[in-house]
Amino acid sequence: MDRYDFKIPIGPQHPALKEPESFLLTMHGEKISSMTVRLGYNHRGIEKACELQTYIQDMYLIERVCGICSHSHATCFIQAVEEIAGLQVPKRALYIRTLVAELERVHSHLLWLGVAGHEIGFDTLLMYSWRDREVVMDILAMLTGNRVNYSVNTIGGVRRDITAEHIPQILKAIDTLEERTKYYIQIATEETTIIKRLSGVGMLSYDDGVHLGAVGPTARASGIDRDVRRDDPYASYEDVKFAVITDKHCDVYGRAVVRVLELMESYKIIRQILANLPDGPIAVKAPRKIPAGEALSRYEAPRGEDVHYVKANGTDKPERVKVRAPTLANVQVVAHMLKDRYLADMPIVIAAIDPCFSCTDRLISVTDAGKGTKNTMTWPQLHSYSIEWHRKSGIDFSELNKKFKVPGN
Amino acid sequence: MIRPGRMIKQVLQSLFKKPATSLYPFVKTAMPDKFRGRLKYYPERCIGCMLCMKDCPSDAIVIKKIGDKKYQAEINLARCIYCAQCVDSCPKDALEATKEFELAKFSRENLKVVCNEETCRSSETKT
Amino acid sequence: MINVFFNILIFPGLIFLSIFGLGAEYFDRKLCAKLQNRVGPPWFQPLADFIKLLAKENVIPNQADPTVFTLMPVLAFTATLTAFFYIPLWQTKALSSFNGDLIVVLYLLTIPTLTFFLGGWYARSVFSMIGAARSIIQLFAYEIPLFLAILAPAMMAGTLSLSEMTVFYGSHPWLVLLNLVDFVIALVALLGKLEKTPFDIPEAETEIVAGCLTEYSGRLLAFFRIAIDMEMVVGSSLLAAVFLPFGFNFGFAIGFILYLVKVLFVVALLSLARTIVARLRIDQMINFCWKIVAPAAFLMLVVDLVVKGLISR
Ligand code: SF4
Ligand code: SF4
Repeated sequence: MDRYDFKIPIGPQHPALKEPESFLLTMHGEKISSMTVRLGYNHRGIEKACELQTYIQDMYLIERVCGICSHSHATCFIQAVEEIAGLQVPKRALYIRTLVAELERVHSHLLWLGVAGHEIGFDTLLMYSWRDREVVMDILAMLTGNRVNYSVNTIGGVRRDITAEHIPQILKAIDTLEERTKYYIQIATEETTIIKRLSGVGMLSYDDGVHLGAVGPTARASGIDRDVRRDDPYASYEDVKFAVITDKHCDVYGRAVVRVLELMESYKIIRQILANLPDGPIAVKAPRKIPAGEALSRYEAPRGEDVHYVKANGTDKPERVKVRAPTLANVQVVAHMLKDRYLADMPIVIAAIDPCFSCTDRLISVTDAGKGTKNTMTWPQLHSYSIEWHRKSGIDFSELNKKFKVPGN
Repeated sequence: MIRPGRMIKQVLQSLFKKPATSLYPFVKTAMPDKFRGRLKYYPERCIGCMLCMKDCPSDAIVIKKIGDKKYQAEINLARCIYCAQCVDSCPKDALEATKEFELAKFSRENLKVVCNEETCRSSETKT
Repeated sequence: MINVFFNILIFPGLIFLSIFGLGAEYFDRKLCAKLQNRVGPPWFQPLADFIKLLAKENVIPNQADPTVFTLMPVLAFTATLTAFFYIPLWQTKALSSFNGDLIVVLYLLTIPTLTFFLGGWYARSVFSMIGAARSIIQLFAYEIPLFLAILAPAMMAGTLSLSEMTVFYGSHPWLVLLNLVDFVIALVALLGKLEKTPFDIPEAETEIVAGCLTEYSGRLLAFFRIAIDMEMVVGSSLLAAVFLPFGFNFGFAIGFILYLVKVLFVVALLSLARTIVARLRIDQMINFCWKIVAPAAFLMLVVDLVVKGLISR
């Protein structure tokens, strides 16, 4: 850092970010020489809250980890619970889950397209793609009862069935969207200013992508051929045919191409699902108490691989829930991609991983305000800290503590 | 062909199109049939099993016994997340999610609604 | 004397220009919304914004230089207003004119950008300083093409007075066609001057918040905003006078309506341009201006010289 360098705080409040997160850029003129990411502004303690509620209640809580991919998180969580409980989910329910998942992917990618347009100052693209996104939002509202938090899952199946009248409506909407998507593909590949702003920006080579653990479209745009839907099929992805889109551009342009082409694949999947929708019940009865056990569930959210870990202890409440949202995996690559780039590229490079910070904020680093030193707390430390904290306010857990043996204590 | 201003055709066409924006609140939007809006409680059907209370993720509903086989529901609309789990849990269909979604009130107190035989009937006629 | 005051303060001076500026802003916003398939603001929105800002608290940052900080909006406002008096509006004669007023107008129109720079720089916040640096870099990129593009028609007319230029083109209407390329160049440069997409780099919202104006609020921001609106009208009037020099001798009523139509036409072209492209990066903008726009303007200058030589022979 020489004396011409200066620092710009991007966030926690900044027009480029729709959620609070802090990026501290060290600038050399218009160029970024380094960047530090600080997570934690959105930490809501959802994982801990999950341990205090029953599985049914957790479903709705987990759904609120993220607004855009609510179905992803809910399904991922429920898959883990169902695996522990050994439930055989009916086929029709799995098909409906897949349908909602793909509709959600469509809405999320269209949303991204608009956001990307806005970040590069192309507001017409934002207005148009969000207008078209309304079509799929209406379909989702029609199927599930809400535009954002669909709550279509329940342990052992789904809550809402598809009726015969819905199918032509969905197909019609998909036709309109397909036509519009083709138009956006044309625009994205033929508009000079878009290409100028996107290509060569935010480079992430194949090796770096693997090394830094990128997931989802970010990884696929660097040629990393990974997709949980194909590699480890869940729901009814085994029964449908689709291509995993990869791209060799390795830049933001590649990520845009991957996303718009993925939209086309999603339409294909939706059509197949509607054509082959099996009959039968939509849910099996689930026990309130889930037997002891643990499970890890993977899910290809629109932003990449989502991982949930659930540990059950035989009661109606989980013992531990852990969420690894896709943005957490991708946020590491942003700092890498922005190095030696222009400040003007910052918004679009951050937007290109389609960040969802409220999903990501599971970690906090505790900073001692007086000394300014950071320390990472381990689970036993945090546990004893919380006991200490409660004891100070007059609640004694030491009896309980003996009953449930806590590791490290 | 790669050139600037690729969108010009559609942009000029929009000039003669009706705007996509809906003029809410002047023009009301119809909610889909399955919409999960404000809850409606049918006190006469309720058997007081309290399953709804047990499953509610946000402690928004409280069922109280107010007489012999008579129950009342206190629903806190500010706490309710409109998941309709209580509707699913209820064995007697005593709860129902309506399409009503314009629930803003000037005070938090007004969001606490009490439903029993008398008040519910009057609120039914209102909405 | 009273006449002069009337001209300066009311018509076609301060009051008219402010109202027309707000009207042009409304037109621009509404058209943009229409092009984007939206509804857009109601007609009083710019005025309402202006009044709202006037009523807001005026915050001057601690590190900022209060004199420069407060002076700049006023300077931007007055410079634009002054430039307006030298532009022929609905008759071949401007309110005031002399040989060389073209240069004065162009320089007066540069002052708002300089005030953005100074205001942003003396606000001493990172965002406004980057915005200030960007707006001055951008100034160097579009100013030369703009000057060249407007100089070419002037050279053709053989005068540096805007009023005389309109007289000349009044008698040689077909020569206007020769200036079409220059018109496009001047439009591009005007986009840069008004900091509109694709050249809204100095105030790129998603990167540096509001650029130079980040720290401005209240009355000062209101003044800056209206100065920008007025700059849009003055710039468009300049382009209308230079490149669309017809309909100056139909009397006041028709001439005035024609003038409004011409200015709104230029504004409409600007709004159309900003809806169909993405914002460029500062390096791309400089490249574009120096490698494409400026050489094109030079070429047109040469073409004009040759044509002029042919005509006068
Ligand atoms: S809708 Fe959900 S949050 Fe509201 S009362 Fe019912 S269960 Fe509780
Ligand atoms: S679940 Fe239904 S029947 Fe049982 S208390 Fe609630 S409303 Fe009444």
